[in-house]
Amino acid sequence: MVENRPMTTFISHSVLIIGVALIVFPIWIMLVASSHDALRLTQVPLPLLPGDQFWENIKLLFSSRTFGAPLHLSLLNSLAMAMMISLGKISISVLSAFAIVYFKFRFRMFFFWMIFVTLMLPVEVRILPTYEVVASLGMLDSYLGLSVPLIASATATFMFRQTFLTIPDELMEASRIDGASPMRFFFDVVIPMSRTNIAALFVILFIYGWNQYLWPLLITTDPDMYTVVMSIKQMLESGESEPMWHMIMLTSLFAMLPPVLVVIFMQKIFVKGLTDSEK
Amino acid sequence: MQKRVHYNTSYLPYLLVAPQIIITLVFFIWPAMQALYQSFLLEDAFGLSSEFVWFDNFVELYENPNYFDSFIRTAFFSFAVAGLSMGVALFFAALADRVVKGAHGYRTLLIIPYAVAPVLAGTLWLFLFNPTLGIMTYFLDMLGINWNHKLDSSQAMGLVILAAAWKQISYNFLFFVAAMYSIPKSLIEAAAIDGAGPAHRFRTIIFPLISPTTFFLLVVNIIYAFFDTFGIIHAVTAGGPGNSTEILVYKVFNDGFVGLDLGGSAAQSVILMFIVIGLTVVQFKYIERKVEY
Repeated sequence: MVENRPMTTFISHSVLIIGVALIVFPIWIMLVASSHDALRLTQVPLPLLPGDQFWENIKLLFSSRTFGAPLHLSLLNSLAMAMMISLGKISISVLSAFAIVYFKFRFRMFFFWMIFVTLMLPVEVRILPTYEVVASLGMLDSYLGLSVPLIASATATFMFRQTFLTIPDELMEASRIDGASPMRFFFDVVIPMSRTNIAALFVILFIYGWNQYLWPLLITTDPDMYTVVMSIKQMLESGESEPMWHMIMLTSLFAMLPPVLVVIFMQKIFVKGLTDSEK
Repeated sequence: MQKRVHYNTSYLPYLLVAPQIIITLVFFIWPAMQALYQSFLLEDAFGLSSEFVWFDNFVELYENPNYFDSFIRTAFFSFAVAGLSMGVALFFAALADRVVKGAHGYRTLLIIPYAVAPVLAGTLWLFLFNPTLGIMTYFLDMLGINWNHKLDSSQAMGLVILAAAWKQISYNFLFFVAAMYSIPKSLIEAAAIDGAGPAHRFRTIIFPLISPTTFFLLVVNIIYAFFDTFGIIHAVTAGGPGNSTEILVYKVFNDGFVGLDLGGSAAQSVILMFIVIGLTVVQFKYIERKVEY
């Protein structure tokens, strides 16, 4: 702060508090709704303060199968998909970036542009044909089908390329003189030096993978393969009458908890990674 | 930029790029080619026969008033989402830049929406504005406003814009904060010594200096609104009432998977690809310029 203006600072804080409260309001209401019973959530106006049914609702949610797949199974599916997408993206990108930066080979630029093109083909614009490919490979209703088609990533490859270019050439020369093979150099120097980037990218990609919706919606038909994010929409639609809001909100809580925790606890590294990688 | 020294081995680099190239070919290039090819075909509803019809699918889209409406709607939606979420984020960032104490706490709370899946964000806002139960509906009713986004198309559009903008505030906020942080403090201090107050300094120094970030965010936000809001629309309105919230990405899905108009859906995919290519080129032009600075 440049000058001391207690009044302006006070106003800034007040406005920020109100603003942040407004932003967090939908999440607060979700928490409140998940702690009341079904009856209370049919009476207008809905509560603004938490009730005492939270643990009861949790017990009910985990014991029943009326909402499609059991919750622990769909949480597990989401976890598997998110981990496969994030680790898969990181591994194939780090390898291809290493090849493109440290080797001279035929078609190098051709491969580079091929990877670049994937930036322009988000899954939403090629859903039908991609679905057909996955179906013909027999990958519907499987973890492979959920993750592999989303794994290729130009952004991650670019970010690693950028990082590798900042590693001093002398390190590579030194390792070569010492007789280390390229892969030895890769594992002993390049990977340790990109640790922070890998961690930051992991946060971003984990959230990306966990929050996938359209893709799992298309390729899973077996309720045991449903991801938790998908199951929310199923619950919204399942009603012949009004949806069971306390259960929907509680499931929403579980569906957003893992990515929210990851983002909060890895906040510093995430913020750095986000603002560095996309600029 | 390139390395001065390289390894010279014959097969290793090909092995290293192979996984990514194979996945790119199988799940990106090939399906994109398929979409391109299908966009020239007219298939009957049972998928039994198809006919090569050149640009008929595109002509049909061009002549279809629904598609044109969806285009305009998507443009409006994207700019509204970008404008709203960037405006709010900039406001918060400017305030957070001023305060020293508690900045970390504000940031922690403000980044939460980033981690929330679009379809969940849609569900939360749907619950808030539920026509019969919603707490916001109740408040609006007290103000004499009758809220029912299931019937009123402009209210439906307003709700999806709100939900989509809410999710993107975190991202914009982080970039604005980073941009403001990188402005040299000496500039701000010099202006303060010359008697410029906080608002004046924001207008004449801070805002112009963060304009590259603002432009970058505008492109990113438009891409986001175009492609990443499918879940929000699907949960909140499913494109309705009528077609009033059916944006282009939603229409591709709807025509292809629900309406089974494969050629038309593929033609729409191809148009979307060209939009992404255009936006990506704009984004990279900007990045190149930025590197020179």
